[in-house]
Amino acid sequence: MSDTNTPSDTTTPTDLVLDVKGLEGGYGQIQVLHGLDFHVADGEIVVILGANGAGKTTTLRAVSGMIPRTGSVKLRGDDISNAKAPDLVRQGVAHVPQGRGTLPELSVEDNLRVGAYIRDDNEIDADIDQWFDVYPVLRERKNQRAGSLSGGEQQMLAVSRALMSRPSLLLLDEPSLGLAPIIVAELFERFAEINKETGTTMLVVEQNAQLALGIGDRGYVLESGEIFTEGPADELINDDAIRKAYLGV
Amino acid sequence: MELFLNRISDGLSNGATYALIAMALVMIFKATTLINFAQGEFAMFGGFIALVLATEQGIPMWGAVFGSMVITAVCAAGIERTLIRPFDPSDHLPLVIITLGLFLGINALAGIIWRFDPRAFPELFPSGNALTYGTATLSWYTVGTLVTIAVVSGGLTLLLNKTKIGLAFRAVSSNLESSELVGIKVGPTLQFGWAIAAAVGTLGVCVFVASPFRQLEPNVMVTGLIFAVSAAALGGLDSLGGAIVGGLAIGLVQSIAVPYLGIPSELSLLAAVVVLMLVLLFKPSGLFGTPQVERV
Repeated sequence: MSDTNTPSDTTTPTDLVLDVKGLEGGYGQIQVLHGLDFHVADGEIVVILGANGAGKTTTLRAVSGMIPRTGSVKLRGDDISNAKAPDLVRQGVAHVPQGRGTLPELSVEDNLRVGAYIRDDNEIDADIDQWFDVYPVLRERKNQRAGSLSGGEQQMLAVSRALMSRPSLLLLDEPSLGLAPIIVAELFERFAEINKETGTTMLVVEQNAQLALGIGDRGYVLESGEIFTEGPADELINDDAIRKAYLGV
Repeated sequence: MELFLNRISDGLSNGATYALIAMALVMIFKATTLINFAQGEFAMFGGFIALVLATEQGIPMWGAVFGSMVITAVCAAGIERTLIRPFDPSDHLPLVIITLGLFLGINALAGIIWRFDPRAFPELFPSGNALTYGTATLSWYTVGTLVTIAVVSGGLTLLLNKTKIGLAFRAVSSNLESSELVGIKVGPTLQFGWAIAAAVGTLGVCVFVASPFRQLEPNVMVTGLIFAVSAAALGGLDSLGGAIVGGLAIGLVQSIAVPYLGIPSELSLLAAVVVLMLVLLFKPSGLFGTPQVERV
């Protein structure tokens, strides 16, 4: 369970990894996001909850420059409102898209290697080895095509690949989607560990509110492209309205 | 028997050219699922550039071929940037029309510059025969074409599997969005594919017309492209190895099945199209292609 002191109360703007104000975005003529304000402080795990169609995925895609957007998006104080996805990776943002987003025709090892595409150092092999230690099943299948892995294995691979770029901010888009509950629980435990060990800041979009808030520091609840409510994870998890709407209890 | 052996030898040398053009088609198809109908014309133009470099600039023949491969690669990269990239890659029809336009345009341009008279192309391989068995012969030319596809496929395999740009190219071929998310710039990576494809195609045409029985003229690849498309489809469209097998198979069909079945040689093009139709009917993903199956 997370720390009860929310960093948001005490952080100064320089501690903010991500600071978003008035974010609008959508697809073609359809506007999905209607002016979102949210932030993620250094080392935090922040969760965005919401029902289907609330705009969770669109929020992440807007942050990482995959769709046209307006509003202010700042990464450690730098304006990234106009940056495109390939440039953002170079600034330390890694995005695991919904539905895994592995490279199905490439081998497991090549998936990890391509994750380090922006790097030029000589520690890439060591990092690949490290992720094989975290997820031994990936080592066993390193020469197999990523597309042949099970859903859970693909999600492990997608997360490891994103972390191969050594990001300071990891965006996770519904990592639990389509996975068995036991695998999801394991996956989230690992996220919490990675956050603790590497200090990687995380912004997680999830429908599984219970699990996500379990590892999260703070959360935002999205409804129809607007922020409906926000707060520390343990307050949200005990909020009756939230419990009814998103936890199904 | 000897006639049969000779026909195999002919089939293999023709097939080698189809294989090279098919490999060029596969490079672009892998990344964009688009057939570049101008691929044969790029290659024909490259053949003329090689001829000019050799006969007018006095560059040794293989040097001229290599120089032309570089020049056509640069031109193809420019065409990709100006005529292909501005269009939505997921909408194929406009792109297909552009490649058809390039087909006609490049063909006409070559006709304007070099006219439609056939020209002799210097030989790239030693003349004479490597092996003789009665009246059956295996010419150095056939050996040369087979060595060429071995070298090209080896080179492409190394390029794709052992270099960073090769890894990026395979990534883009596999999943566009995920490639962007790891920092790959998709445009320049596809441009690299167009350049490599043009260079390989140019080599294919040079080897084709280096036969003592053939000459270079602007229409040299018009039917060749149909054989090459059939070869690529037979091999699976996204497999370089498949393009080689497909190319050689189409070459053999043309030189063996056609005469033995008594099909008039004018209809040999049709034989390739029939093979193409049968493949699409019974095995749409080709012999070595990746079936379109997605695990969700």
